[in-house]
Amino acid sequence: MDANYFLGQDMIDALQNAYDKEISLTGKEIIKQIMDNAVVAKSEEVPMCQDTGFAVVFVELGQDVHIEGGSLEDAINEGVRRGYTDGFLRKSIVGHPLERENTGDNTPAVVYYKLVPGDNLKITVAPKGGGSENMSAIKMLKPAEGLEGVKQFVLDTVLAAGSNPCPPVIVGVGIGGTFEKAAMLSKESLLRAVGTPNPRPDIAVLEKELLNSINNLGIGPQGLGGRITALAVHVNVYPAHIASLPVAVNINCHANRHKEIIL
Amino acid sequence: MSEIKLITPVTDAITKKLRIGQKVLLNGVLYTGRDAAHKKMVELLDSGKELPIELQGQIIYYVGPSPAKPGQIIGSAGPTTSGRMDLYAPKLIALGLKGMVGKGKRSPDVIKALKQYNSVYFAAVGGAAALISKSIKKCQVVAYPELGPEAIYRLEVESFPVIVVNDTLGGDLYEEGTKKFAIRLK
Repeated sequence: MDANYFLGQDMIDALQNAYDKEISLTGKEIIKQIMDNAVVAKSEEVPMCQDTGFAVVFVELGQDVHIEGGSLEDAINEGVRRGYTDGFLRKSIVGHPLERENTGDNTPAVVYYKLVPGDNLKITVAPKGGGSENMSAIKMLKPAEGLEGVKQFVLDTVLAAGSNPCPPVIVGVGIGGTFEKAAMLSKESLLRAVGTPNPRPDIAVLEKELLNSINNLGIGPQGLGGRITALAVHVNVYPAHIASLPVAVNINCHANRHKEIIL
Repeated sequence: MSEIKLITPVTDAITKKLRIGQKVLLNGVLYTGRDAAHKKMVELLDSGKELPIELQGQIIYYVGPSPAKPGQIIGSAGPTTSGRMDLYAPKLIALGLKGMVGKGKRSPDVIKALKQYNSVYFAAVGGAAALISKSIKKCQVVAYPELGPEAIYRLEVESFPVIVVNDTLGGDLYEEGTKKFAIRLK
């Protein structure tokens, strides 16, 4: 619920910075409305966007933790059920991708588990809207296509997305691993506070270059023209097979929502 | 930005003056409708029946709001992607629909119909759903209550902020805005 009502300070700072930099008057007006919207959502405790998303949940389970009294996944889904019902959030999940009947309570969540050292249980909820998720893409490049191939694919994906993912967006990029690993890398990169660079200096440089190239596309806020199409580009990398260069792009809208809790 | 105040219903004389990039504040009545309601309306038309709402001079808002909290008129109510209504929109425009509010590009067929029938397409800010709901002063279901958030609602709005994207001259701000601000390096 909190993630849907309260936009993070990282996003508010990024939007203010975008407002200052945007030269399109329409673009500035749009960014201002997005900032005003965050204020209204917070003060009235209502969802910032009517698409309150698929509940994507990242669990980091300390290996010394023992969970008693039932299944963790059931507990997470019960939390989603209560949050979306009690919080007046829109129920956007259909129980079967082809039959498409709404489950009525926004369950099930999409849950990922990671086993980590220690005795904490960290749960991050990142509700994800349909508009931006639909504009995501993955491609298995040939290793020979290299850095240029990666850059081109990211730009092509953002350009094809145009106004649909509600720019200004945050672009998550995963490079390397396998087909599904690249997709996970791109999604995980969106959990970083907006604009926090990858600790690897070469990747941090790539993030800056990509951000610059994306903003040169001219798509602008809401796709109506401007210099701020993306607020940040986050890239995560992983070793790859000698034959493969997977690259995945996961786009997040300006309602970049996440909330974490450590138990 | 300067603003133009518009009160519904609107006439051709008004829509013909609007140009891409202008900020407009909508006032009066808007009808909501998205995928399911459009499908039902066009099915009625195709079988020669009357629509549940009179479209002449009206504006449709593509929206599926979140549930209203107790005491709220409507939940958060930002625009949804308009492209999904492109197959249906030309038929409604031909019946006198003078405007649509949504987000995202329209098809060439819709842009052609806008030009032919002096109708306009406005973008509302996708994701500014809490802010937009503040400009909605009344909300009542007028057709298809069984569709829940997809039903047709009659909204009364005050100063609902939108931007003209496709005007009666065939202009398209998505195309022209991007062109204007793109920087090509080689």
